Amino acid sequence: MKLTLTTISAVATLAVTLPFAASANPILDGYKAEIKGTFTAAAGEKLYKTVGPNQLSCSSCHTDSPKSAGKHAKTNKAIDPLAPSVNPKRFTDVATVEKWFKRNCNDALGRACTTQEKGDFMTYVLSVK
Amino acid sequence: MQVIKLFAFSVLVAVGTTALADGGAVTPLLPKMEQECSSCHIAYRPNFLPRAAWKQVMATLNKHYGTDASLSDADTAEIAAWLEKTALDVGEVPPNLRITESFWFKRKHGTNHVKAEVWQRASIKSRSNCQACHVDAAKGDFNEHKIRIPG
Repeated sequence: MKLTLTTISAVATLAVTLPFAASANPILDGYKAEIKGTFTAAAGEKLYKTVGPNQLSCSSCHTDSPKSAGKHAKTNKAIDPLAPSVNPKRFTDVATVEKWFKRNCNDALGRACTTQEKGDFMTYVLSVK
Repeated sequence: MQVIKLFAFSVLVAVGTTALADGGAVTPLLPKMEQECSSCHIAYRPNFLPRAAWKQVMATLNKHYGTDASLSDADTAEIAAWLEKTALDVGEVPPNLRITESFWFKRKHGTNHVKAEVWQRASIKSRSNCQACHVDAAKGDFNEHKIRIPG
């Protein structure tokens, strides 16, 4: 390949921007910036399936797949899918995300989720296509 | 005894008429209350609990009938203030703070009206699941002529 000016500029742009490339989600970026760590979908998936002290896991209401519609374990209320790939409104409002993390981590894990856990969880759910 | 009967009857009438059981206007819900309080179940009507009971509910959202239903301080305050203004000071705080254990609820859903096995049906599951039979419950319409008990 000829090293034209266009090619060099393109490569240079990528080299500069890729390390700062945001995930497509500003809320996830916020968590990343907060703890300056890395999140993995694998850790998120494990968390999703963890059964806590109240005999509840995320799957108890959201089913085994974040792409499926779920149901409240007690009231039967229909729950829209969690994965943005199916439900683009998910994970767009930070107040809503924080509200549900607070409630559901308390219910499912018996305690608040750490920022690491929130980031892993989001990374997993955002990866489900 | 007559006084108790009269009181009981007046509670039934108060709740009955304001709950649109026999027709009449529906109190519009505070939009934030409707939005937040229908996250997991239908937004229950303000007249289903006496004011004092709502106060307790709003003060213990993190321990809401076995779950954490907490809201931001601002939202909690806004909804609590509206309930304080809108709910009636009628009737007693029910046992376990449950609408379904209220005197009037038990009278309207007793075994002479609803057979015991009905509550076990998967389509209904619980007495707190109003809309399973009161199809327009989410709109505040509990008119008894519109009840459809699913199989």
